[in-house]
Amino acid sequence: MPIHTLPESPKVLKNNTLLGWLMALPIMAVLTFFLVLPILMIVTVSFWKATEFSIIPAFDLENYEFLFGSNVTYRVFFNTFKYAFITWVFTLAIGFTVAYFLAFHIRSLTWQIVLFLLCTIPFWTSNIIRMISWIPFLGRNGIANSTLISWGVIDEPLDWLLFSDFAVILAFVHLYTLFMVVPIFNTMMRIDKSLIEAARDAGASGAQILWNVVIPLTKPGIMIGTIFVVTLVMGDFITVRFMSGSQSANVGRLISNDIALLAYPSASATAVVLLLTVLIVIGIMLRFVDIRKEL
Amino acid sequence: MEPRPRSFYVLGAFFALFLLFLYGPTITIAILSFQGPGGGLTFPMQGTSLHWFRDLFEQQAVGDIWGSFRRSFVLGLMVMVTTVILSVLGGLAFRKKFTGSSIVFYLIITSLVIPSILVSLGVGLIFSQSGLTVHWSTSGFGSQLTWTLPFGLLIMFAVFNRFDKSYEEAARDLGATSWQTLRHVVLPIIGPSLIGVALFGFTLSYDEFARTLLTSGSYNTLPLEIFGMTTNVTTPVLYALGTLTTVFSLLMIGLFLCLAVFSGRRKKRAGSDAGKGML
Repeated sequence: MPIHTLPESPKVLKNNTLLGWLMALPIMAVLTFFLVLPILMIVTVSFWKATEFSIIPAFDLENYEFLFGSNVTYRVFFNTFKYAFITWVFTLAIGFTVAYFLAFHIRSLTWQIVLFLLCTIPFWTSNIIRMISWIPFLGRNGIANSTLISWGVIDEPLDWLLFSDFAVILAFVHLYTLFMVVPIFNTMMRIDKSLIEAARDAGASGAQILWNVVIPLTKPGIMIGTIFVVTLVMGDFITVRFMSGSQSANVGRLISNDIALLAYPSASATAVVLLLTVLIVIGIMLRFVDIRKEL
Repeated sequence: MEPRPRSFYVLGAFFALFLLFLYGPTITIAILSFQGPGGGLTFPMQGTSLHWFRDLFEQQAVGDIWGSFRRSFVLGLMVMVTTVILSVLGGLAFRKKFTGSSIVFYLIITSLVIPSILVSLGVGLIFSQSGLTVHWSTSGFGSQLTWTLPFGLLIMFAVFNRFDKSYEEAARDLGATSWQTLRHVVLPIIGPSLIGVALFGFTLSYDEFARTLLTSGSYNTLPLEIFGMTTNVTTPVLYALGTLTTVFSLLMIGLFLCLAVFSGRRKKRAGSDAGKGML
């Protein structure tokens, strides 16, 4: 099949489409069966009825009416956005600083790679273990409390360190900051260093260079990191459950509680609303960045 | 070399603190897992011993952790192999810029951003409504692929975006068929990055919790087993298990990284034979 750089003929294009689909077929099959069909199934079941023992096909808006009629829903959605926003602020600030240090202050490529790997290795280990590992730190008799007491900062151990919103957000930041570091570092490495020299030669101060040159050029990386962090936090249920000691709730927990009660239709309705919310948030963010160009 | 600016030291200290924040807690539970038999979940250490590690080997004490480890390991390998093969095929497909490729692309992005519990719930519902039994090697396997495939494909996109097409053109000009070009030119060049895809495939599967929650059936994978333990085990045996699986993860990561470095070196040695050709 001779394909040269000549303008491609319609036949070649048709061939490409056929071959392309053929090679993408396995992926499409997996995603159809384990992503598209499950979503359709959830949408369908969200209109079904539930009895104590089983779920019955129906077309019933009751699940949604109940969901939107309940104050809990609004509180839980507000909580979800709150977690996402606070986590986003911290992961962005930390992630940007770390990536900036790696990209602009480390001079040898080998060291850049080594330090970058150090930042990413925890991503490949278990999230649950990483959550558990906060217990000896934050517990009532944990390291944080005993240190603060021995320094004389506090007299009584603080109760809100573990099993609180504070713990939830700390765990989120701990788990997900590397999702900010990686894309931001990746974009920063592609910034032409001569642009920064030019800015310095033109008399810009360090802060001006950061604000007017580095940050604008890093925006795509920041957006990709933001998409990761926001979707991971919004879809989470296990971190909130574990770190809040079941005292706080987000939408994911609402769904998992319904699942535990075998109330699948109601879980599905909540899931549909959550999915739409996440997709809308992503849709807004994608207006600011072309992911395909950034890879 | 010009001297380091002061900001270097400030940022360097920040970076060191960040690493401490990342690794500190894990190191703490590693230390605490060597508590003596009377030890609890926090400091101070009550002596040192291997007591809690020994506990892990007694079946009844902690449930079926070795069985779940075996399942997680096999599942990880299955997901790894599938992710590598499908990602390469997908990456090659996208190079054809075929009509409708953006549908596939947006499906992959959806797969990446969809809350994991939806996959779990949806797959669970499909299996239960169609009378199939959920099992870690069928429904669990498929659900995990929706998490590993996007990473594999994004890596392949990045790789092919940097791929120099003139190698293929050279091969074709020398009379290689498409298959020969793929087999002897393209695959060897992208080989080392496949190690990266494999690393993602294995470790993401090995640690996945939410997507297997409702899809693994009556036999737990290791993360599910560990999570179950958090609700009823209040001794350092939990830390011992955490330490062991983390060490296992680190060994796997180390293995993959060594493979990557090794194959990079080999490529460098074998790659450039310019000027050394047979005369």
